[in-house]
Amino acid sequence: MKINDVILQTATKLVLFVIILFSIHLFFAGHYYPGGGFIGGLMTAAAIVLLLLAFDLKTVAKILPFDFKKVTAIGLLFAVGTGAGALLFDAPFLTHAFTDAYLPLLGKTSLHTAVLFDIGVYLVVIGVTLTIIQTIGESE
Amino acid sequence: MEILMAFTIGILFMSATYLMLSKSLLRIIIGTGLLSHGAHLLLLTMAGLKRGAPPLLGEEAASYADPLPQALILTAIVISFGVTSFFLVLAYRAYQELGTDNMDRLRGTEGND
Amino acid sequence: MSLLHLAIISPLLLALLVPIFYRYFRQIHTGWFLLPLPILLFIYFLQFISHTKNGEVITETAPWIPSFGVDFAVRIDGLGLLFALLITGIGSLVVLYSVYYLSKEHEKLNTFYIYLLLFMTAMLGVVLSDNLIVLYAFWELTSFSSFLLIGYWYHRERSRYGAQKSMIITVLGGLSMLGGILLLHIMTGTFNISEIILQSGDIVNHVLFIPAMLCFLLGAFTKSAQFPFHIWLPDAMEAPTPVSAYLHSATMVKAGIYLVARMTPVFAHDGIWIWLVAGFGIVTLFWGSFSAVKQTDLKGILAFSTVSQLGMIMSLLGIGAAALHYPQLDDSFYTVATTAAVFHLVNHATFKGSLFMVAGIIDHETGTRDIRRLGGLMNFMPITFTLAIIGTFSMAGIPPFNGFLSKEMFFTGMVRVLEMDIFNLETWGFLFPVIAWIASVFTFIYSMVLLFKTFTGKHQPDKLPKTPHEAPIGLLISPIILASLVIVFGFFPNILSHNIISPAMESILPGLLVEGQAFDVHIYFWHGFTVELFMTIGVIALGTLLYFTYPKWSRVYGIFTERFSLNRAYDSLIENSQTGSYNFTKTYMNGSIRTYLVYIFSFFVFILSVSLVAKNAFVYDTSNVSQIRIYEIIIVLIMAIASVTILFAKSRLTAIILLGAVGYSVALFFVVFRAPDLALTQLVIETVSVALFLLCFYHLPKKRHEERMSFKLTNLLISIAVGAVFTLIALSAHSSKFFEPISQYYVENTYEKAAGKNMVNVILVDFRGFDTLFEICVLGIAALGIYAMIKLRMTRGKEG
Repeated sequence: MKINDVILQTATKLVLFVIILFSIHLFFAGHYYPGGGFIGGLMTAAAIVLLLLAFDLKTVAKILPFDFKKVTAIGLLFAVGTGAGALLFDAPFLTHAFTDAYLPLLGKTSLHTAVLFDIGVYLVVIGVTLTIIQTIGESE
Repeated sequence: MEILMAFTIGILFMSATYLMLSKSLLRIIIGTGLLSHGAHLLLLTMAGLKRGAPPLLGEEAASYADPLPQALILTAIVISFGVTSFFLVLAYRAYQELGTDNMDRLRGTEGND
Repeated sequence: MSLLHLAIISPLLLALLVPIFYRYFRQIHTGWFLLPLPILLFIYFLQFISHTKNGEVITETAPWIPSFGVDFAVRIDGLGLLFALLITGIGSLVVLYSVYYLSKEHEKLNTFYIYLLLFMTAMLGVVLSDNLIVLYAFWELTSFSSFLLIGYWYHRERSRYGAQKSMIITVLGGLSMLGGILLLHIMTGTFNISEIILQSGDIVNHVLFIPAMLCFLLGAFTKSAQFPFHIWLPDAMEAPTPVSAYLHSATMVKAGIYLVARMTPVFAHDGIWIWLVAGFGIVTLFWGSFSAVKQTDLKGILAFSTVSQLGMIMSLLGIGAAALHYPQLDDSFYTVATTAAVFHLVNHATFKGSLFMVAGIIDHETGTRDIRRLGGLMNFMPITFTLAIIGTFSMAGIPPFNGFLSKEMFFTGMVRVLEMDIFNLETWGFLFPVIAWIASVFTFIYSMVLLFKTFTGKHQPDKLPKTPHEAPIGLLISPIILASLVIVFGFFPNILSHNIISPAMESILPGLLVEGQAFDVHIYFWHGFTVELFMTIGVIALGTLLYFTYPKWSRVYGIFTERFSLNRAYDSLIENSQTGSYNFTKTYMNGSIRTYLVYIFSFFVFILSVSLVAKNAFVYDTSNVSQIRIYEIIIVLIMAIASVTILFAKSRLTAIILLGAVGYSVALFFVVFRAPDLALTQLVIETVSVALFLLCFYHLPKKRHEERMSFKLTNLLISIAVGAVFTLIALSAHSSKFFEPISQYYVENTYEKAAGKNMVNVILVDFRGFDTLFEICVLGIAALGIYAMIKLRMTRGKEG
């Protein structure tokens, strides 16, 4: 699929960061506003898919030299680890905790262990989507 | 609106079933995709439509739409994405190995199972 | 958990260590590591004799599934202890024997010993557990370990056949027994054997009493190889000889005997029990000994001999149960059959165990077990010959060995049937002594065949694969110990009577004794010139005569041709069930996915519409619907048109794009229906999916002429029915609300408990985090599957 599409490529370069930033925003907003791990992850994945469409697999592999299977694995580890972490505090599996804290720059922020779990979801979704797309793309 | 949705869901299921009964593997996959759309809408319709604000407490509304079906559907959407892509690759590989996507020619031959 | 529980499962725990022994101590035979355990257990169980001798019963309970009344209850009484001693005692000897029998270089010792230990635990569990469900679990475990041991040399076709046959027949019985257990539970409300025995008087007239009895008997008969289920035992002889000696003569096949003995107090209130147990037993006795004569394989003779001896014990238990109907206990007149049963149980274990080991030695040293090729081994293997004399003479019932004593008591028991006047025993009871006597003649004959065809006659060195010589001392130790026991029990039978036999009888026939009384068991050699003595003399005389004239009457066996044999029946049953089910399956499983989907959808439509009508569930209620806006109608129209147009789409590209259109309209619906999270997800997913579809489409073949979907009326009808059913369901689900929705909980607690404001997200990551966890697991699996499908074909291609 060698298409020399300058307009798409240029637009992609600009839009890509906007989409990724937006997806990160969606991810962190998830606890209060629409968003969360699934949507954030999908949005990030979609951004990378756009990159794939505009350029080709090799270029993307150079820009993002991750093994996305490992991203999936790390995500699962996060999710299970958060769940198992509760066991250390003598609480049932997957019990979450939260607290309010004052962080520099951010001010009063409420911190959740649920975010760690959501990071797991986020990473799994990215990993899975891109594993699928990359594998199919590479297969020729 | 619920009544209208009920019929829409019926149409979705009908088309999905018809596609799934066809011979082409790709059409079967498209059928499963339609089927999951129908199922999601069915779940949502069962809970009642447009009752209250979106399930965000920030809205500070008197009543909210039922969040539980929405959570279920969200899970279902992502799962059906995984399943559909798995199906797709299955079809694609089956075509590569066997040279056809016609289900009638893909059936296991006797003595070969 | 008590020490007793630990004793039962200790072999299993040791089995966990076997791989380590096998792996890291290869130069030492794995069997040596195991040997101490059965010996220790034997000693441990021996100390219980002092308790059971006085009629004490030791029970220990550990909860297992308390809500169903299933506890791992262990109970040691006379009967259980007798079996436990047999299992551990013979077990020790067999392990010792196997060390010399199985070569550490050529055999997979780890699997062998793991199976053997598994069996040991299972068998101890069967005889010691007081809870029927636990008993059942262990019972099936014995079948299972027996299956594995018979199939130990799984590369042999006969081994696999024998293993499968034993498994099918014994598990059939096991399942039937489970049915019996449940029936007993229905009648008594408990799984506890001792409690059931207490209630046994009340359930005799229950309508389920006879079915339960039959179920139990089927279990016992299949396990103990009673006619006509005995056919698995000869085929089980494909197992290594230590296994045959252990499982298929001394212990596992006696599990059925144990079950009958254990259940006698429950079921023997009915005469049917006595007739069935004694009847099947005596027929098995005859058929086993009759068939043993024509065998040419040493282990074949021993197998049929085991069948026949099991029948004998079974018939004695049946006759002995009649004593429960004669409450007065005068001079052990009616209980002698039970005494004989228990006594013979022990004797059989000793002489048959030693004979199996002798057969193993012959096999090991000459390379064959075929008596037509053997002969004249007396001079080469004097010690083995001596052991064989002791074993066979005991089996044949020749004095002064223990077999003679129990055979005499067996005759006594059978002759006394003539004096019983219950359950029509006075009319047909005379058959018992007659058949018993005839069977004993055959027993005598095959015993002699076993001994003399092997050890006397002409030595045929050219027919033997190996040059025979005396076995190494290690192989001889175990049979020597057993043969010594044969002699010791022969001369001093009364060391068993008070310690072992009497307590065991108390378990089989409870309620006959008053406090402090014990069964009066005295076993003598000499009773005077009684009927039994003349019967024995007759057996020896006629047996000798028939042995020498065997060629003249061997044509008798021609009557029972292979064609009508039970084995043939079994084989054709198995074969026909396989071909039959294959043919039946072929009628509806035609390999076309469309057919299967038609089945699924039709069934689905049928079951849903029937239940909608039958339950009167269809409700149509328009009072509580939300308003329809014009833009909603537009979305509905787009969606309906798109989904229907897919059906007529000629090219795939069109179909994919239309699917995308439907997906995006679903996203719009989510927006309209106040589900922002869903709308976002659906939008992105749809984009990625369409990209994916196109990517795959790019790789899929371009057809020269893209054809339309061919029209099929059945397909259309089914699709319309499915659509209609779903419309009805959606309408009814909307119109009828049976319960308050549980979502109020989430609305209230989202901020309280999870400090979040987006309910959907909080449900996903917090309240129902488990769902999400598994969901991402599914996703990961799908990704791995796709990866595997595409990447791994390279390696496959190289192989092919």
